[in-house]
Amino acid sequence: MSLLEIKDLHAKIHGNEILKGVDLTINPGEMHSIMGPNGSGKSTLAQVLARRESYEVTRGQISLNGKDLLAMKPEEAACEGLFMAFQYPVEIPGISNAYFLRAALNAIRKYHGEEELDAMDFLPLLKEKMRLLEMDDRFLNRPVNEGFSGGEKKRNEIVQMAVLEPKMAILDETDSGLDIDALKIVAKGVNTMRGPDRAILVVTHYQRLLDYIVPDFVHVLVDGRIVKSGGKELALELEAKGYGWTEPASAAAR
Amino acid sequence: MATAATERLRNYLEAFHALGVDAARQPAWLRSLRDQGFARFCEAGFPTTKNEDWRFTNVNAIAQTPFQRARDARQSGAIFGDTLDACRIPGAACQLVFLNGRFASELSELGNLPQGVRVGSLAGAIAQDGASLESHLGRYLNIERDAFAALNTAFIEDGAYVYLPRRTALEAPIYFLFISIPTQHPEMTNPRNLIVAESAAEASIVEDYVSLGSGVSFSNAVTELVAGEDAVISHYLLEREDRQAFNVSTLRTQQARGTNVSSHSVLLGGGLVRNNVHPVLAGEGGECLINGLFIGNGSQHMDNYMLVEHASPHCSSRQFYNGILDGHSHGVFHGRIIVHKDAQKTDAKQTNRNLLLSDDAQIDTKPQLEIYADDVKCTHGATIGQVEENALFYLRSRGIDEASARALLLLAFANECLDRMKCRPVRDYLQDLVQGWLPGISAPAAGEATQTAEVGRRWEEVG
Repeated sequence: MSLLEIKDLHAKIHGNEILKGVDLTINPGEMHSIMGPNGSGKSTLAQVLARRESYEVTRGQISLNGKDLLAMKPEEAACEGLFMAFQYPVEIPGISNAYFLRAALNAIRKYHGEEELDAMDFLPLLKEKMRLLEMDDRFLNRPVNEGFSGGEKKRNEIVQMAVLEPKMAILDETDSGLDIDALKIVAKGVNTMRGPDRAILVVTHYQRLLDYIVPDFVHVLVDGRIVKSGGKELALELEAKGYGWTEPASAAAR
Repeated sequence: MATAATERLRNYLEAFHALGVDAARQPAWLRSLRDQGFARFCEAGFPTTKNEDWRFTNVNAIAQTPFQRARDARQSGAIFGDTLDACRIPGAACQLVFLNGRFASELSELGNLPQGVRVGSLAGAIAQDGASLESHLGRYLNIERDAFAALNTAFIEDGAYVYLPRRTALEAPIYFLFISIPTQHPEMTNPRNLIVAESAAEASIVEDYVSLGSGVSFSNAVTELVAGEDAVISHYLLEREDRQAFNVSTLRTQQARGTNVSSHSVLLGGGLVRNNVHPVLAGEGGECLINGLFIGNGSQHMDNYMLVEHASPHCSSRQFYNGILDGHSHGVFHGRIIVHKDAQKTDAKQTNRNLLLSDDAQIDTKPQLEIYADDVKCTHGATIGQVEENALFYLRSRGIDEASARALLLLAFANECLDRMKCRPVRDYLQDLVQGWLPGISAPAAGEATQTAEVGRRWEEVG
């Protein structure tokens, strides 16, 4: 069974239709990348998958592990193994990173009938994941994302992913705003997460990240539809030729 | 009109005479101070909403209730030490209990204090050493401006007294618990506290107001805090009385050169609450932090009146007040800053942030800057909003259900204030307390608390 199956997805926000019939199937163990120009609907797709309520799905289905994703609340989707690394991680002053992440992990464990972790058991786990992303211990007690640099915020998203161990992870423009060193650290973190039971969908504007996170499949999203799919070499082709050549005549004439 | 007002004052007149008999042994200067207070109170009467300082708070309910002077409850045997254990702050240097405004030594723990430090009842200090109090008691409070301050002064009888000699530092907090015991006949207490810190002294002092049982009571407290040069003092006010209680409190701080004084207020209980904080930065290079959290529900009314006076050059003041209002509750933040003519290089900031959780909750927030110097930096800002959807979605997307995510964000909002509290035992205690107040949250474990080293930076960020 496929892990994520999107069929004929149409979605709008503030009355504007952004997604105009997206089809995509992702199997466990696969790494996919969705590329596309600004405004093509990449982030909308990520937000719809994470169940943000301000996006209205007007047509189509999405199944996650055979279950109807569109019937789930954001927290249910998370508990069912879906994770989105935010393009703009939210700052939450007054709550420490450690407390927030333990609350999240325990919510998911509880959903699966597992015992909650106390701070004694949780802290070593969190520290280990933070080391992987080269974040030092002082980030444990810093308020969530507050005062973090852009790169620190993105690394913190990957730390969360490493702690929560989702089945289906979506990285929404995680590379934007990263310098090359931060990009390598993030990529290393993502690569260690690859495994036979997990799928990762990397949403990006640039090919740069894909030098370090090598996808199995690349899809090109233009004007709310996937117009082309291929292997990792498609990303290089896009880099060389730009998005223009993939656009169907109707979209280009817009 | 005049006769009704006179009738209302009759209670106070009777109470004042009764106190005169009980307190016949008070020194002449104190009796004279009380007389002035009473005269001023009779002259001014309770304020109305026409008075700009009281525009958002109607005290008619106080004015029309025939309050009696609270009876002495110390002999009633109504209280055993262990009833109070839940109130006490673990790790305090000493815990003094006041029943209906009077010091209850049998319920208090005086602890071992450094040599020369005096912590006890004001009545005791007046009896033993009245002369040394004369130069401070009533010297800072402005009874002309505020009838409640005049009323308190008229009824000075007992309260807390702290004296910190030069260069003494207390790490553990000094804790005062004020208990009112409501009865069928409404009673008032007028606790009067005096804190004198000599130069370079350091301490944290907590005033905690609670009710034992439910019913109407009126607590009208005044604290005068005198900080000598380079003293570092933090003052904590905790209001958690019964929902029918009236509580007016005034903290008047006098800061000498190089002092660092912080006032932290946490208002949770009480029906009608007025929290006055009035620091005067009287010496160069003084700093003051005014930090507060108020959480209202039902029909609670919580009014925070800040008056920061910059009277000397190179002083800085920071005000941060966060309010969370639910039900029909009404919050007020009035932040007044006066920069006197000579107070050049003043750096004053003020921030009031509010979350309204229901359609019927209300907040009035008012900055008021009066600047008579020409080289100063003053900023103010206020926000009113709901729980931020973006943050809510972020938490939910990590698996936390909506109700818990909301509760967590409220806690985070409260923690912005609690994290500014440097005295660890007090902060830990208040964090637990506030968490219990906001339902649906489990406490962070040791090692998960947000660190406070960022406070300095956040000061700069806001405004």
